[in-house]
Amino acid sequence: MKKSIVLFLSCLLIVTSLTVLPGCQQGKVVLNVYNWGQYINPDLLTKFEKETGIKINLELFETNEHMLAKLEAGGSPYDVVFPSDYVIEEMIKKDMLYKIDFNNIPNFKYVGDRFKNLNYDPTNEYSVPYFWGTLGILYNSEMVDEEVDSWDILWDEKYAGQILMLDSMRDTIGVALKKLGYSVNETDPAKLEEAKNLLIKQRPLVNGYYVDEITDMMINGDAAIALNWSGAAMDIYWEGAEHIKYVVPKEGANLWFDCMVIPKTSQHKAEAERFINFMLDPENAYLNSEYVGYASPVTTVFERLMQENPEVAEMDAYNPSEEILDKCEVFIDLGDKRPLYNQIWTEIKVD
Amino acid sequence: MKNKVKYLAYPYMVWMAIFIVIPLLLVLFYSLTAGNINDPSSLSFSVNSYTRVFDVMYLKVIWKSFKLAIISTVFCLVLGYPVALIISTVKAKYKSILLMFFLVPIWMNFLLRTYAWMAILSPNGFLNRVLTLLGLPTLSIMPGQTAVVLGMIYNFLPFMVLPIYTSLSKIDRNVLEAAMDLGANNLITFLKVILPLTVPGIVSGITMVFMPAVSTFVISQLLGGGKELLIGNLIEQQFTVQRDWHFGSALSIILMVMILISMAVMSKVDTDNGDGGAPIW
Amino acid sequence: MVKFLKRFYLSLIFVFLYAPILVLIVYSFNESKSRGHWGGFTLKWYGELFRDRDIIKALYYTFLVALLSSIISTVIGTFSAIGIHNFGIFGKNIALNINYLPVLNPDIVTGVALMTLFISMNMRLGFLTMLISHTVFNIPYVILSVLPKLKQMNKHMTEAALDLGATPSYALRKVIIPEIMPGVITGALIAFTLSIDDFVISFFNTGSGVTNLSILVYSMAKRGVKPSINALTTLMLLTVVILLLLINRRTTKGDELIP
Repeated sequence: MKKSIVLFLSCLLIVTSLTVLPGCQQGKVVLNVYNWGQYINPDLLTKFEKETGIKINLELFETNEHMLAKLEAGGSPYDVVFPSDYVIEEMIKKDMLYKIDFNNIPNFKYVGDRFKNLNYDPTNEYSVPYFWGTLGILYNSEMVDEEVDSWDILWDEKYAGQILMLDSMRDTIGVALKKLGYSVNETDPAKLEEAKNLLIKQRPLVNGYYVDEITDMMINGDAAIALNWSGAAMDIYWEGAEHIKYVVPKEGANLWFDCMVIPKTSQHKAEAERFINFMLDPENAYLNSEYVGYASPVTTVFERLMQENPEVAEMDAYNPSEEILDKCEVFIDLGDKRPLYNQIWTEIKVD
Repeated sequence: MKNKVKYLAYPYMVWMAIFIVIPLLLVLFYSLTAGNINDPSSLSFSVNSYTRVFDVMYLKVIWKSFKLAIISTVFCLVLGYPVALIISTVKAKYKSILLMFFLVPIWMNFLLRTYAWMAILSPNGFLNRVLTLLGLPTLSIMPGQTAVVLGMIYNFLPFMVLPIYTSLSKIDRNVLEAAMDLGANNLITFLKVILPLTVPGIVSGITMVFMPAVSTFVISQLLGGGKELLIGNLIEQQFTVQRDWHFGSALSIILMVMILISMAVMSKVDTDNGDGGAPIW
Repeated sequence: MVKFLKRFYLSLIFVFLYAPILVLIVYSFNESKSRGHWGGFTLKWYGELFRDRDIIKALYYTFLVALLSSIISTVIGTFSAIGIHNFGIFGKNIALNINYLPVLNPDIVTGVALMTLFISMNMRLGFLTMLISHTVFNIPYVILSVLPKLKQMNKHMTEAALDLGATPSYALRKVIIPEIMPGVITGALIAFTLSIDDFVISFFNTGSGVTNLSILVYSMAKRGVKPSINALTTLMLLTVVILLLLINRRTTKGDELIP
């Protein structure tokens, strides 16, 4: 009898200690960072850990909607999150974010003025710009020998099975809306219905709806044309695949800004602000932009990259002209019209 | 002693109540309510989530899931039965080696196996490379329904073979000999003796293939390119992207009920309760 | 002729089963990252594998959770099976039916249900929730393996032991447990295998940086793969084959291999 008690208790002891151990790093502060895939230079994380002794736990999400769902469900104490413009609007409305203490972020002065006080955070109290870019068309110039300048090419039957669309609701529906000449923030059900039908018509030509897979697939030659974000094009360019080009169609596209925010689930606000400040440091921002490929809102970084790589100044993907920017729209929060989009999106994804 | 021994199981009874019963009740609860889940006071009774499922669009998804699952199960059965049969007729010393090598893929991670299939079927993947080398036209199988079905068959075939093999190995050799002695040839022996005796194994195999096939979301996600939405994907989306826990819960309950009904039907076919552990369903 | 056909068919099936894995193994030696062309022979991905923080972390958690949950579920499951075996008919039926729900339910339903529970209890999703989830679906399989052995056991042996002066716990340890040991071990093995392989339930019930191999491969498959995963596949295959060969050697009957 004694023996079994001893055995049982020791088992219990081992089990509890092993269970508790992983959580026992309570000494060090750990920042939970929730970011897009391949959107931050891993060397920077190591650098931050070395400089500050704060450990970073990086978790990845695919789209804003995935991120919001996880945040709203609760159960995950993220400290720094990287949402896009329209999502920040929603998060502010729902009181999900802390106001940032800009006294802790002196490096904010390096951010270009045109990135501050934008429509989704007019008083600029909740967000700090991280990367910005456009939505456009990636195409393999060896597989597509005509000029690409319009969204129409994504509906071209010549490329059936070679077209990749984004598994991201706002982006894909936005493209259809733009093609029809409407706004990407359209809420008129009749116009949305038109966009839906356009996308359903396109389905047989589409190879698939992806997110992160697209860069790999384009480089591999698995597809000829893809809807994607500007930074992906830069990424591909830096990998050496110069035959893959990016263009913002003449109908206009989406201009987006991704920012760093501190959700109210955070338990380490001061450390989170330190992290944000670290990312805005010009040297770090440069390393980041170089690695990830997207354009930084830190002015000196933007200019430096163009100096060191002059050809980049001509590229839509990195430095879109004023003309193009004029035709681009920023997403706004759909508010209670969101279910309309949800419904359409499901209808498109289901056969 | 009997009275005291019962107590050994009591902690587990509590565990089950907390971790099996309550979660399912919660899901049922969410399926029958509407409102913001983070704000309990806003919840109200509603069967809206269930009526939504009867929309043609969602019924199509359910139909597709069943269709693909049934196709995969049938293929697994047709392909797997001969495998079980052959292995069971092999000389004893080879049996365990063969079986072992058959089991190896199962022990490799399920995700890895599905991912491996992606590498073969993708447009520039292995299959098309070989075809190009041979001068044949390339196939664009992936992404698509065929790829998903292939993925299902690949992952679940061993689960069909194993129960059938177990059934086969339980057959008394003497019964077979008796059949032969009474004048039956191989075919008749198989149809009239072996096949009926392996019905429990077949039923088990069908269950072990059909159930994961109909509820998968990984296979359809990775091999379907986001175009082949099955029930599993729909449920997953409600909880990860659409943020509609009510609808997701309703779909989960419906899926659960459908599976339980299928199993009840299956168990009517199988009267042998040799396991001793099979429940009422 | 028939023999030839049998062998041919069997080999076809084996080719079907192993082809994808072999393809990955070949790619693990490919210098080029892309799945398209062959860039030359290299072992660098194996080195990368051991340096990759994410992969090592995922492997660590995968094994830790599998080990812990199989130990816990085997202990709880075995004792509970013994207890349930001695329930009255009514109690037994209820207990078993509820017990088998995680087995019968598709794993997405179990995963989602557990997540709902944890969120409602305001628990942080992480190591503990993942461990609990794994234990929840492991215990039924342990009970499933042990119960038949209990049934096969001669009831009168325990009674005889008690009559001969053994205390209940002595009878438990020296009579019952040795009899059902094969079932216990099988149950533990099943629990371990299921845990290592689990994706869906873990996917919904983990967070805070705790991940496992399946979740890692899933995000890689969508994100563009790190070639070190191919190297991992090769090593896994080797490990599994060696393990099974060892097990095969130690068991006399081939039947015991069947989970």
